[in-house]
Amino acid sequence: MRRFLGIYAAAAYLFLYLPLAILGLFSFNNSKIAAWRGFTLDWYRGVFHNPALFEGTINSLIIAFVATIVSTIVGTLAGYALWKKRAPWLTNALYMSLLAPEIVTGVALLALFQWVFRFGHLQLGLHTVILAHISFSLVYVVVVILARLRTFDPGVEEAAADLGANRWQVFRHVTIPLLLPAILGAALLCFTVSFDDYVITSLVAGVDSETLPMMIYAMARKGISPEVNALSAMITVGLGLIILIASSLERSR
Amino acid sequence: MRLRHVFLAPAALVTIVLFFVPLLIALAYSFLTRGPYGGVFAPWTFDNYRRALDPLYLAILWRSVWLASISTLLCLILGFPLALYIARAKRHKILLLNLVMLPFWTSFLIRLYSWMFLLRDTGLINTLLEGLHAIRAPLPLLFNDGAVVLGLVYGFLPFMVLPLYATLEKLDPALLDAAFDLGATPWIALWRVVVPLSRSGIAAGCILVFIPCLGAYLTPDLMGGGKTVMLGNLIQSQFTAARDWPFGAAISLLLMLLVLAVSRLLGKQTENLL
Repeated sequence: MRRFLGIYAAAAYLFLYLPLAILGLFSFNNSKIAAWRGFTLDWYRGVFHNPALFEGTINSLIIAFVATIVSTIVGTLAGYALWKKRAPWLTNALYMSLLAPEIVTGVALLALFQWVFRFGHLQLGLHTVILAHISFSLVYVVVVILARLRTFDPGVEEAAADLGANRWQVFRHVTIPLLLPAILGAALLCFTVSFDDYVITSLVAGVDSETLPMMIYAMARKGISPEVNALSAMITVGLGLIILIASSLERSR
Repeated sequence: MRLRHVFLAPAALVTIVLFFVPLLIALAYSFLTRGPYGGVFAPWTFDNYRRALDPLYLAILWRSVWLASISTLLCLILGFPLALYIARAKRHKILLLNLVMLPFWTSFLIRLYSWMFLLRDTGLINTLLEGLHAIRAPLPLLFNDGAVVLGLVYGFLPFMVLPLYATLEKLDPALLDAAFDLGATPWIALWRVVVPLSRSGIAAGCILVFIPCLGAYLTPDLMGGGKTVMLGNLIQSQFTAARDWPFGAAISLLLMLLVLAVSRLLGKQTENLL
C-alpha cells in the first residue's frame, strides 16, 4: 500500500513538472521543430533582442508594480481592520471576487470602463489594466495578511498601548514592523498574480498596452516557437523564485 | 472618524467601484438590446435571458457542466492518493505540499502552453512518434475535449490536494491500526475508514475544483482550439467577435449565479478561507 502510494505520488509530481521541464529543455534546442538537434542559446538571444517583447515586458512590469503597491497597501489596512473586528460584508465581497470567473470579472470591468468613457475622452490603456489588476489581486493580500495575523500575539499591541502609544502609533511602530515579512510576501504573491494575468488583461487593455502574457498567448495560438519556450522558461523560473521567497517570508516570524 | 473605518474604506471603495458596480452595469446591459453595430440600446427586454434558454446555448451549458464534472472526478482520483501520501509522509510534509502548489502560482498561460508544445500536430509527442515511424499522420491530441479536460485537471489539481491533505492529516492513525487489528486489508481500511472520514475534505476539494473549471475560459480556448467549448468562450465571443454585449452580459450573470450557487455548498468551510 505504502509502495503503491509512493509510486502514485511520484507519477503525480511527474505529471505536474514534466511538461514544464520538457519546455525548458527544448528552449535550448538548436532547431525550430520539436526534435532535439543540439544545444543553443540562440532563442534566449532572440528574446532579448526582440523590441516588441521588451515593450511588453515593460508594460507588464509597470502594471504589476503599480497594482502591487496599491493592492498591498489597501489590502494590508483592510486585513488589519478585519482582524480587529469582523466585517462580513467586506469579507463576503472579497470572497465573491475570488470566486468570480475571470472572464466574468473581465467583461464586467470592460462594461464599466466603456460606460465611464461615454462621459469623457478616455480610452482603454495601461490605467484600465492597472485598475483591473488592483481589483482582482486585493483579495490575495487580505488572505495572506489575515493568515499571518491569526498567529499574531495581541499582547504586543496591548503592551505598546499601555506604554502610552495611541492606536496609530501602535499600528505604525509595532504591528507594521512585525507584519513586514508577511506584507512583503503578500506583495510578491500579488506581483506574480498580476504579471501572469491574461484573461482580464486582454479584455481591458488598449492598443498601446499589450502585455507579455498577451504576446505569449498570440504566439502560442500561432504554433510552437522555441522563442516562446525560452521566454516561458525564464518567466517560470522567475515567478517560481518569487513564490519561494514569498512563502518563506510568510512563514518567517 | 475611527481608525478602523479609515483602514476599511480603501478596500471597500475598490471592491464596490471595481467589482460590484461593474457587475451592476453588466446586469443593466443584460436587459438591453444590441445595436446594429454592437453597443447597447433601449428597449429594455428579457430577450437575452430567453435566448439563453435556446437549445444551442443549453448545450454549451451542459458541456461546461460535463467537462467540469469529469475534470473534478479526475482531480479526485489523481489528488486523493497524492494527498494521502503527503499526509502519511514521515518527513518534509510541508515541502511536498508546496511542491504541489508551486506550479499553480507560476504562469497559468505558460503551463497550458507547455502541454500545447507536447500535444500539437507538430509537437513533441507527434514528432517523436513520426521519427520512430510509429504513425504516418500526426495523432489529433490537441484541440479536443480530452485536451481541455487534461488542461483543467493540470491547472486545478492543487485545489483538490489542499483540502484533502488538511482532512487526511487530522485523521487519527489509531483508527487505521484498529481497522488492521480487526483484520482489514489496506484496501478495505482505505475504503471503509479513510474515505468515509475524509468526506468533508473530498466535498470541499470537489467544489473548489468544480467552480474554476465551470467558469474556465483560457483552458478551453487554447486546448479546445478556439471553438465555443464552454460558457467562458461563449461570453468572450459575445463581447468580441459577435459584438452582442447584452447577450454576453446575460450569460456572464447566469454563470456568476451558478458559481455562487455551487459555492454555497461549501457552507461553513469557506469562512476558514478568509
